[in-house]
Amino acid sequence: MALDGTVGIHDPSTIVRCDGKYYTYGTGGSSLVSEDGWTWKRGTQLPRRGLAPDVIHIGDRYYLYIAANIGAQPKAAINMLWNKTLDPNSPDYKWEEGGVVASSDGVEDCNAIDPGVFRDPNDGRLWLVYGSYFGYIRLVELDAKTGKRLNPKVPPRDLAINCEAADMIFRDGWYYLLATHGSCCRGTDSGYNIRMGRAKRITGPFLDNAGVDMIQGGGKLFLGSGGRVVGPGHFGLLDLGEGVQKFSTHYEADLDRGGASVLDIRPLLWKDGWPVAGDNLKEGAYRIESVITGTALELAVEGMPVGGRRTRGPRGGGPPGTGPGTGQPPTPGAGPRMFEGVGGVIASQDAAQVEKNWPVGNTDVRMANYLCQAQQKWAVSVVPNAGGFPGSPYFKITIAGTKRTLAATKDAELIVLPAFTGGAGQLWRMDQLADGTWRIMPKSIPDSKEALALSAVGSSFATLTKFDPKNEKQRWLFKTP
Amino acid sequence: MSRTYKGRFMIMAFSALACVAQTPPQTLAKPTTPQKLPGNGGFIQRWTILEPIHVTGLTDSAVQATVKKEHFANQFTVIPKDGEKVTAGAAQLTWHAVDTKNYNVNLFHFARGLGKPTSDVLFWAVTIVNCPQEMNNVRLAIGSNSASVWWVNGQEVIGIYGDRQTVIDDGVSKRLTLRKGANVIRAAIINGGGATDFCARILDAGGKPMNGVTISLTGTVK
Repeated sequence: MALDGTVGIHDPSTIVRCDGKYYTYGTGGSSLVSEDGWTWKRGTQLPRRGLAPDVIHIGDRYYLYIAANIGAQPKAAINMLWNKTLDPNSPDYKWEEGGVVASSDGVEDCNAIDPGVFRDPNDGRLWLVYGSYFGYIRLVELDAKTGKRLNPKVPPRDLAINCEAADMIFRDGWYYLLATHGSCCRGTDSGYNIRMGRAKRITGPFLDNAGVDMIQGGGKLFLGSGGRVVGPGHFGLLDLGEGVQKFSTHYEADLDRGGASVLDIRPLLWKDGWPVAGDNLKEGAYRIESVITGTALELAVEGMPVGGRRTRGPRGGGPPGTGPGTGQPPTPGAGPRMFEGVGGVIASQDAAQVEKNWPVGNTDVRMANYLCQAQQKWAVSVVPNAGGFPGSPYFKITIAGTKRTLAATKDAELIVLPAFTGGAGQLWRMDQLADGTWRIMPKSIPDSKEALALSAVGSSFATLTKFDPKNEKQRWLFKTP
Repeated sequence: MSRTYKGRFMIMAFSALACVAQTPPQTLAKPTTPQKLPGNGGFIQRWTILEPIHVTGLTDSAVQATVKKEHFANQFTVIPKDGEKVTAGAAQLTWHAVDTKNYNVNLFHFARGLGKPTSDVLFWAVTIVNCPQEMNNVRLAIGSNSASVWWVNGQEVIGIYGDRQTVIDDGVSKRLTLRKGANVIRAAIINGGGATDFCARILDAGGKPMNGVTISLTGTVK
């Protein structure tokens, strides 16, 4: 499900943080606010109730760009507002008008709505892309010190056509223009989908993966409808630092919420030089495998081979063509041959078969070669009402089929408790990283404020250490057990 | 070359090859200095090792039962000296001080060189890590063929089980504190069949091989 709480919004702005809270603003001046990025509630209305705003934080100011129709589209204008804080309870909370930064006269091939503001990390220059279907997506430069239009006499540059809700990001020498194709505002019939092109210069040309310029309608698909949601649009980058990137979007229709338009936050991955939309982790049973060692996290108990322990058996065991699996009865007195199995299906191993052999109480954690055994299968499940992190709730991690719960200890090691008791060291956040692997972190360590991540230490053990985005020891895979 | 000379050359060559083939590789030697620095990569290359004891079983429970059984007096506390003997069951076994040339200690070489069995055996090994000051948040990191259990200053810190090859840093302890002066590392390595060896080093708080310590086989243990 896309987020929790009140998440109804259309055309959400890029999510920004202010004093530890997350804020986004939508069409009609609506806003949503969240303490943790998972549970959202309705925020304070903007003084302007325009279309599809976008926000950026520069220095001690939050600049908000919002379009207002000043006649029938495509006659429109984008206004800038600024504030020192987004917290309406702050004495500094006051929106100041900054004037028009871009407009369309209703005749030209542009509709000046849907602003997307972008600060170039290479030189600090501030840019605005805007436009919606009537002609071009355009680019103008803003003044990074004031948020206002820089050099209004310099004509806008056309970047793309026949799309809207454009936004720009930069990575590894490439500028990426993400824009929404298809139609909005038709519920489950909305064809919204996010497409992209990339360019070496901010002024383009932005080509898609097939080499088609976005100004000629090109666009590599970034995200379309799927699962229980229809019509994603209005990409916004949420960079959490340390190599963890997410993006915000709205779906035109969330099937689990009666087809309402809702906010979502998902992992942003990168593959072959292109952004890829990741998925937040879903509940289920997994093997948790270390990327660097290839070994799997397990409860430190003696494993039982699936199907029970067998002796190796003789190479013979009867004439060829007899015995298990052959349809012929085994030779009396001869055991099954080494490679013939036991005959019939061997059931998967679950904890109910073997847990009686495991010690009670706290148990250590280690890693081992994965052998499909019960102590290696983990159930990841949402902890209700425990909060979460951007895009996802906190999870508990238990040995599948048992109450045995993975927990962080106060000395930054791991233990499996007999049962979940709700402590912060038993709540886990899983952030998908740029390469599709996962960072696994406890909500907190008992008696510590340090944020630590699950880390392989050697081939056969795991621990908790400060997260380093370059450290492969802290990357994990959630695989089908 | 005449036929006679050619034949003579071939005989000499075969003889040389035969001599090479008959000389087992030697990776262990008697220590010649009182202390030794860790080798490249921080590996501990000096140990006192007891001649092998016959045992069976590599599962967690079998290994734990094997190493917890008293095979000889003071097996969890003794700081053995080269040449000392212990009585294990009906056998009298000798401790041998060794330096290894490599990152690992080849127990197959050790046992074979003494004419002892190499399969279904338990090796005890002891060494001392001397620290110039107390060292916090370090880890013992080991690899062994096959199962092994490890103690630091009497505390069991690592157990790895099953039929496995030696992999550097396969088993790594939780964070430890090494005290100033002598710290005893004790290992029990159990081999099922075939090759058998182990390696060990100390990792610092950042996960890097630890420098600034010396290795000896005697020391005043608090």
